[in-house]
Amino acid sequence: MNALLLAVLTPYLGAPLAAWASLFGRLNAAWVAAAITLLALALIAPTAMVVFDGETVIHRLPWMPAVGLELAFRVDGLGLLFALLILGIGLLIILYARYYLSERDSMGRFYAYLLLFMGAMLGIVLSENLIQLLVFWELTSLASFLLISYWQHREDARNGARMALAVTGAGGLALLAGFLLLGEMVGSYDLSVILASGEAIRAHPWYVPSLILILLGVFTKSAQFPFHFWLPHAMAAPTPVSAYLHSATMVKAGVFLLARLFPALSGTWEWSHIVGGVGLATLLTGAYIALFKHDLKGLLAYSTISHLGLITTLFGIGTPLAAVAGVFHIINHATFKAGLFMAAGIIDHECGTRDMRRINGLWRYMPYTATLAMVAAAAMAGVPLVNGFLSKEMFFAEAVSLGTQMRFGWLLPFAVTVAGVFAVAYSVRFIHDVFFNGEPVDLPRTPHEPPRWMQVPVEVLAALCLLVGILPGLTVAPILDLAAGAVLQAPPPHFDLALWHGINPALLMSVAALAGGLLVYAKRRPLFALAARWEGRLDARAIYQSLLQGLYALAGVVTRALDAGSLQRMLLLFFLSAIVLGVAGFVAVADRLTGSRATLDVDGVSLLAAGGLIAASVAAVLLHRQRLVALILTGAVGLVVSLIFVKFSAPDLALTQLSVEVVTVVLLLLALYFLPQRTPSESGRLRAGRDAVLAIAAGSGAAALAWAVLTRPYETIAGYFLDKSVPEGGGRNVVNVILVDFRGYDTLGEITVLALAGLGIYAMLERLYLPGPLADGEDRPWNWDRHPAIMASLTRLLLPLALLTSAFILLRGHNLPGGGFIAGLVTAVALIMQYLANGVAWTHERLSANFHPLIGWGLGLALATGLASWAFDHPFLTSTFGHLHWPVVGEFELASAMAFDLGVYLVVVGATLLILVNLGLVHDARQASKGRG
Amino acid sequence: MNHLVIAPVLLPLLAGIVLLLMRHIDIRVRRVVSVAAVLGEIGLAIALLAAVADGDILVYALGNWPAPYGIVLVADRLSAWLVLTTALLALFALLAALRGSDAAGRHFHALYQLQLFGLAGAFLTGDLFNLFVFFEILLIASYGLLLHGGGALRTRAGLHYVVLNLAGSTLFLFAVGTLYGVLGTLNLADLALKVAATPAEQLGLVRAAGLLLFGVFALKAALLPLHLWLPAAYAQANAPVAALFAIMTKVGAYSILRVDTLIFGAGAGPVAGLLSPWLLPLALATLAIGTLGAVASRHLRVQIAYLVVASAGTLLAAFGLASAKGIGAGLYYLPHTTFAAAAAFLIAEAIATRRGELADRLDPGPAIPQNRILGGFFFVAAVALAGLPPLSGFLGKFLLLRAALEHAWQPWVLATVLVAGLFTLIALARSGSLLFYRTHSTQPGRPVRPIEVAAEFAPVAGLLLLVGMLTVAAGPAAEYALATAGQLLQPDRYIHAVLGGGG
Amino acid sequence: MEALLALVIGVLTACGVYLVLRARTFPVVLGLTFLSYAVNLFLFAMGRLVIGQPPIIADSATGYADPLPQALVLTAIVISFGMTAFVIILALKARAELGNDHVDGREDR
Repeated sequence: MNALLLAVLTPYLGAPLAAWASLFGRLNAAWVAAAITLLALALIAPTAMVVFDGETVIHRLPWMPAVGLELAFRVDGLGLLFALLILGIGLLIILYARYYLSERDSMGRFYAYLLLFMGAMLGIVLSENLIQLLVFWELTSLASFLLISYWQHREDARNGARMALAVTGAGGLALLAGFLLLGEMVGSYDLSVILASGEAIRAHPWYVPSLILILLGVFTKSAQFPFHFWLPHAMAAPTPVSAYLHSATMVKAGVFLLARLFPALSGTWEWSHIVGGVGLATLLTGAYIALFKHDLKGLLAYSTISHLGLITTLFGIGTPLAAVAGVFHIINHATFKAGLFMAAGIIDHECGTRDMRRINGLWRYMPYTATLAMVAAAAMAGVPLVNGFLSKEMFFAEAVSLGTQMRFGWLLPFAVTVAGVFAVAYSVRFIHDVFFNGEPVDLPRTPHEPPRWMQVPVEVLAALCLLVGILPGLTVAPILDLAAGAVLQAPPPHFDLALWHGINPALLMSVAALAGGLLVYAKRRPLFALAARWEGRLDARAIYQSLLQGLYALAGVVTRALDAGSLQRMLLLFFLSAIVLGVAGFVAVADRLTGSRATLDVDGVSLLAAGGLIAASVAAVLLHRQRLVALILTGAVGLVVSLIFVKFSAPDLALTQLSVEVVTVVLLLLALYFLPQRTPSESGRLRAGRDAVLAIAAGSGAAALAWAVLTRPYETIAGYFLDKSVPEGGGRNVVNVILVDFRGYDTLGEITVLALAGLGIYAMLERLYLPGPLADGEDRPWNWDRHPAIMASLTRLLLPLALLTSAFILLRGHNLPGGGFIAGLVTAVALIMQYLANGVAWTHERLSANFHPLIGWGLGLALATGLASWAFDHPFLTSTFGHLHWPVVGEFELASAMAFDLGVYLVVVGATLLILVNLGLVHDARQASKGRG
Repeated sequence: MNHLVIAPVLLPLLAGIVLLLMRHIDIRVRRVVSVAAVLGEIGLAIALLAAVADGDILVYALGNWPAPYGIVLVADRLSAWLVLTTALLALFALLAALRGSDAAGRHFHALYQLQLFGLAGAFLTGDLFNLFVFFEILLIASYGLLLHGGGALRTRAGLHYVVLNLAGSTLFLFAVGTLYGVLGTLNLADLALKVAATPAEQLGLVRAAGLLLFGVFALKAALLPLHLWLPAAYAQANAPVAALFAIMTKVGAYSILRVDTLIFGAGAGPVAGLLSPWLLPLALATLAIGTLGAVASRHLRVQIAYLVVASAGTLLAAFGLASAKGIGAGLYYLPHTTFAAAAAFLIAEAIATRRGELADRLDPGPAIPQNRILGGFFFVAAVALAGLPPLSGFLGKFLLLRAALEHAWQPWVLATVLVAGLFTLIALARSGSLLFYRTHSTQPGRPVRPIEVAAEFAPVAGLLLLVGMLTVAAGPAAEYALATAGQLLQPDRYIHAVLGGGG
Repeated sequence: MEALLALVIGVLTACGVYLVLRARTFPVVLGLTFLSYAVNLFLFAMGRLVIGQPPIIADSATGYADPLPQALVLTAIVISFGMTAFVIILALKARAELGNDHVDGREDR
């Protein structure tokens, strides 16, 4: 655990601490936050010393080494400068907010969020690994969402937060893509590597796409035109938040990245034109709009946009000196803008409004605050003796020197001066409108100086503005030099921060800007009128909103179009997909449908049976509205199917199919009692036709598949089973040996399915009340007479016989057709007969309707036989068998598999009866009640 | 003879049987048994993972019958990974159910254990028909669980789910049958060998069967256009059941991956890469449609369900890249999305129960009791679902995109995944803002004892903690995932392990 | 003979698909039954068609049908029996919960 990691982590550890502390007095949160920030500063201090000796400190911890993703922290001049800004100004914000927040606001939440955000920012500026940088980048977006939406009850706060999250989040994703490309180009996400391989990157075909993607991230974050619109809406946040996000942090992350990647990406035509162009556009739009904002914070917001544009332009110009100026202006803007926001917050706090048309002449009420504000505003305007002037001078100088190198070069200095004019104008407005310009217009409350400690942060910042402005060489020069060196990854060019460079173009431009600004402000009335007319035209926010609405509309349309909650559509799509896949698979390699294998010839009986089956099936479909008829026909089809099994040497299957058929039909009959006797004709001719086509297609597919396989030869593993069945399986009926031995595991699963079906059905039938009809389909009332006596007595006689038969089938199953499953069904059917003949009530007295234990023990037995083989250190379900000599029965073979088969038998009996009897109970309850009535 | 391979399959079966026989015993006892069984399952899963972590492939010949004649269980890195994911998920979903929803209907715990039996069996089997059997087990168990508790909408969703899956099972049998009818074997490894040597006459049939199989698995994995069953089913299920179902789509994804790499992999000669023309495009489309569905949802549960669809798309897109990097990315992403979705369903339930009439409808309503805790959980879950930093969702996405850079479809994958992430973020931000911020009256809400709150949120916290662990331990996790991918791309090792000299 | 069986399978499948696509639960259940008939026959046929040679080991036997598909079909029959039973009861439950037997629980028009 090294100091740097700790420094980045402390805010995250501090956040919950602050929230927790606020439970014991709301102010604790502020103290905790301050302490945490100081701790972070202390942790970075030692590294700072080293960095000032010109070193770059890098600490690495493995995270996902396999993919070149590690926790790597880097402190060089640039990182250090930003870290100091983030923590230093953060500290002032913490102090300021402690007085700003009202009793109603939760301090714990505020400071927790603030610390989260601070940690994220630190992470960005101290990252060595690009992907790690991106992680923190997105974290700032998330944390800023929480901060901006701090006043959740306010609609503008919620929307502003969501907009900021959407825009910066989108930028973050673009940035991720850009970083991925960058990493792929140089084969590493390490800044050290990337900064060193500028030529390679700029020469790479992916350079332009990656540049654009990265710049998307930068521009969204730094509110560059045309993504600037989210920033003013973020002003719904509490003023301390605005002061923090829009001076030293959040928006600065973007320009930080420009500076960070400057050596890797800058110096190409694309770079200078995209970055410089966007920067210039932002500089001008911001400055222009700022002048016409009546909202105090609105003015500051757009001035922030404008100044970020200025910084971006400087990096776009791309000369070493321009980069130095850019870093310098980052520092200056952070200081004076934080101060201005805080002053605005105080004014808002004291006046209860931020409308400059109502706030006037505050000088008489708060002269001290006014003075502080004026210093900061002067810096914003670029007045000599304040820090803003110096960096702006350098900016003008760079603009001129570049302007001399290109055609229409004069345009650049001109545009820059115009921006300067507006900057001066809105700064003057900020001061004059608020502090002079007549009397306040019906303010909610009478303003006065704020609490003493609320002014301290502003004092500090104003003092900085002056100090840097007057004595740049003694104050800012060293750190600036250090940071510039880190940006350029080379010794920075010589620059002198003297106030007076003699008469030069830059100075003239400054003078022009100052004069022009004053003039513009003096003549503001007509301009305001003009601006009012242009208000709202070409509003980037409107575009954003319509895009969002478009997204919701599209999503709604697409989703509703697909997902109608209709089973028929789902099935349609399923069958369609199956057909497409099958056909696509087969025809892709164009080979014949019919294979080479010889076929059997047809005999009359089979033809007859097949004809019958087909006729019955088609009839069932055509008559499916008369449910009883359809059911009977279906049963008939099932019988023919079992005949087919008999025909083609599958006695076991025939027996199984037969017994299953019986039970299924009984079940369907019981069910039909509760369902309408007829199916209404709903599907129109079109749908019926469509389904018919699909059905025929599916049928042809199945038939073709069957035909294709049946006419082709194949080698099977079946021989093995035939050979081993008797010697190693101990049974002659190979199918049964496969079921209980070779593939007993399948059977275990199969009976589990049956058991689960029973349980699930039991659970469903519980508390199920079904209104059974009093009459059948033809309105003939149901007959409630007692159960026919003959049938009753007959079945009672038959029962023992049936049970004996099933026992026999079970025992012989291993050698002759039969086995647990068939035996189980026979037993079940025999018992069902009792119910049908004697009624559930009668049977209940003699046979408990509780079949769960049967299922449980059956499964248990099967599992136990399987596990038993573990005792002999054999795998699960290893079978063994021996020959016993039983009296009467004679030579008799006993295979462990038979115990398994007994388990099968029990489960089948249990599950089948559980299903049928419980359904019968529902049935019977109904009948009894009606019978009486 | 290493019984460890089959132990994770048999333990839940045993537990299920015991719970079935204990049905009259006090539910508290049954709860203890159920939880104990799942804890045991986790232990076994970890042991199994440890046993295969170094690349061994354990084969368990049931009934001591050699492959390809008998059924074999095969435990490789992939199976162990999924079994462990399932077991961990099962624990927290079960804990959530213990708060009372398990008593809302019959046999919850038996069904639950047998569901785990089906899942473990499906992940570990090395036999195609046996895979079908276990699909049926986990399906019918899921039918029971889905319908658990009853209710009109739930029953309707259940009906759709059941009927559609029965149709799916039919298709499964057609596919298995065809493969047997042509190649005469059912063992996956043996199939791989036989497929590679398919004579020209059989080629069309093998391809058809393979694609039909793909269709069946696509239905389970909720791949477009077979995803329509999912939103209603997951949104209507009991929260704990919905949480457990987060693994259900993964069964389909697992089967696709297994078949795609083992049977139709690079070594499959004439049918190599059979699925590749279909998988990636459909997966990307699924991701897009799922995301749009989430944006359009008017109910939180439906929204989460659609995000499950989207995550299935992401997962299969990763597999569709068919490279070690891509498959590895998918395998790292798989447990993350499983846990995150499960947590989200539990959170949605907690929100719904607190909003009275409104339930989980995405309309402004009264402030939610305990909205601080809930809001916090929602925020973390949303970050996880949207694949935002710093959680494992982002890391998975990062791995995926990194792998995509080497694929011909690079721009499409990048664009779809990133834009989908943005839309998810927008949708979830909107939901969160609606549910937690845009609240009018603050109704006091019934006083709840902290112990109740703890009991309610422990499972959520646990699941999110698992996500956190995936993030912190991303190094080893990703390494294992990549190693798994490497193993999958060398199917001959699997084949050799199963068939001995045969490979 | 093979052609005849293929035809039977095809018809059963077609009927099953058509019925499954109906709007009411009862025909859907019948449709599923038809589909299971079809697929069971199909799976069974994958062992090719053999007459008079049941896979029961006897000294007199001249040959045996492929026993494996038969075993598979037996398993399949059992499973589909359980599934059919389940879906039948589910149809009843849907009727009770939704008040009608439409698969989407709504009386059209």
